[in-house]
Amino acid sequence: MADGWLNAAAEAGGAVLLQAGGHWDARNVTRLDQLLRGLAPSNGAAVILDLTQVERLDTAGAWLLYRTRREVRARGGRADYTGLTPAHEAMLEQVEANDQPAEIEPPREPALLAMLGRVGDGTVDVMIEARQQVAFLGLLLVTLAGTLRHPGRLRLVPLVYHMEKVGFNALPIVGLISFLIGVVLAYQGATQLQRFGAEIFVVNLVGVSVLREIAILLTAIVVAGRSGSAFTAEIGSMVVNEEVDAMRTLGLDPMEVLVLPRVLALVITLPLLAFFADMMGLFGGMLMCWGTLDISPGLFLERLQGAVSLWSFWVGIIKAPFFAFLIAMVGCLEGLRVTRSAESVGQQTTRSVVTGIFLVIVVDAMFSVFFAAVGV
Amino acid sequence: MAGQAEPIIRVRGLRTQFGDQIVHQDLDLDVRQGEILGIVGGSGTGKSVLLRTIIGLNRPTAGRIEVFGQDLANVTAAERLAVEQRWGVLFQDGALFSSLTVAQNIEVPMKEHLDMPVRLRDEIAALKIAMVGLPPEAGSKYPSELSGGMRKRAGLARSLALDPDLIFLDEPTAGLDPVGAANFDQLIKRLQGNLGLTVFMVTHDLDSLNAICDRIAVLAEKRVMVIGSMADMLRHEHPWLREYFHGPRARAARLQQDEVGG
Repeated sequence: MADGWLNAAAEAGGAVLLQAGGHWDARNVTRLDQLLRGLAPSNGAAVILDLTQVERLDTAGAWLLYRTRREVRARGGRADYTGLTPAHEAMLEQVEANDQPAEIEPPREPALLAMLGRVGDGTVDVMIEARQQVAFLGLLLVTLAGTLRHPGRLRLVPLVYHMEKVGFNALPIVGLISFLIGVVLAYQGATQLQRFGAEIFVVNLVGVSVLREIAILLTAIVVAGRSGSAFTAEIGSMVVNEEVDAMRTLGLDPMEVLVLPRVLALVITLPLLAFFADMMGLFGGMLMCWGTLDISPGLFLERLQGAVSLWSFWVGIIKAPFFAFLIAMVGCLEGLRVTRSAESVGQQTTRSVVTGIFLVIVVDAMFSVFFAAVGV
Repeated sequence: MAGQAEPIIRVRGLRTQFGDQIVHQDLDLDVRQGEILGIVGGSGTGKSVLLRTIIGLNRPTAGRIEVFGQDLANVTAAERLAVEQRWGVLFQDGALFSSLTVAQNIEVPMKEHLDMPVRLRDEIAALKIAMVGLPPEAGSKYPSELSGGMRKRAGLARSLALDPDLIFLDEPTAGLDPVGAANFDQLIKRLQGNLGLTVFMVTHDLDSLNAICDRIAVLAEKRVMVIGSMADMLRHEHPWLREYFHGPRARAARLQQDEVGG
């Protein structure tokens, strides 16, 4: 690739002759920029820019020449081009005609102010979101009540479709995670309880923790990550595509068509998933007890009957529909809050998962307090 | 520069295929230096696919594509990069990076390929913003704050950032109102004249074809069926061409042109 070059020579009468040649294009401007700044006089002397030997001139090269002329003139010196071909002249005129400063970045606020602004924005955002969640909850309950009065309006095919997607298809991952957690709990419990010679209480530990808390909580978190996000992304891309608007104009209620089948599907399947997770967690614990503590499956089941009451099981399962409702509601709401850009689908999906998991854990804590108060 | 014998793009025997579906077969095309070539064709004839194949976003099944005299299938990564710096591409909706301002978008190629001082980069970005007819304050705006027409102008400015010899435009006037489309046509024509660009343009817009294209290539039957000036198109007897260039919309476009011309 050919280079551009620049020579300086003194002319009669104190003027500086700058001879440019070669390729004055974008690939060479960085070097030429430095050369020009070094050679152009800063004392107001006259400058002649000789372009006779320039073979190639593009806007970037022309800009350098034009800027030099402008700067010399601004200092009160004379500056002119010589040796222009018509094409070079046209290029220099083009650049001159478009000499206009532009803003590169939006003006920045002072850091402290910007931080305060972000805190304020965030706070207002949280409140707006909380209000929208409450409003959406109301809307959802009204829609649900309407469907209960007219059960024929319930859309069965989407309901079954979503049950398969959020429930049946989640079985492998939920099962595997619960099984592994059962194994880990039993193993950790065993190493601690062995020191007191109380290995047999591992059964109580695994039974109570899996049934009451671990299985349902893990299932809810997996489902929030798996299905809550999917709800947001599906509904969100429909919003971007104007499908949701199209539905409204066709007299279809997005609450009934999109939201209700998803919410009901999750409310129905999450308790079933939680039951499956209970079983897999206990199974994992049982295998671990057998392997490391020599507690046979028969003995494990016998101890388990003594260790957990039926209520331990119900405490876990009762929470499932509530968690499901929250996850599905947040997933659908965040999907409908997508604005018409692809970026916002991503943002709302992240938000949906974070909010979903947060609400699940808050409600789980409230349930713990409640169950403690009623004594189960 | 115009009228030189060596074509700037030379496509020979191109075949593109997606699964069983053959989009192009034995397609030949020459693009001459310094011309504005419009590519037209019915929906699904592979106009955009052709553009994407030439710029290397699709791999051809068979055939040879030469740009600036280099066979793009057999070049090293460095040679390919050198070719890529000599062309600019305007995608349909501008394809601006949404996390950067307009000016920063224009600076991306300069930052990536040329070791330019920040000040010079900002100056050249400002120059490009003015050249595509955007107001100075547009530089600090994000793409989401711009109208469709402004996004296209900004996309054009980015494609011109490295002063390319060749630009590819994918439906540059689609989605613009007639006034905006006409302005954009004139902008392309003016820049092409001033900068000596070669323009490869996929379009549906009969007004653009009429107003600014030097030659028109018609894609049909999986190849370039006809290539020539607007007058050649009007003389041609192929039924699709007759329908396209003599239909009611074409008549309106021509009428308008005659009025302006006469």
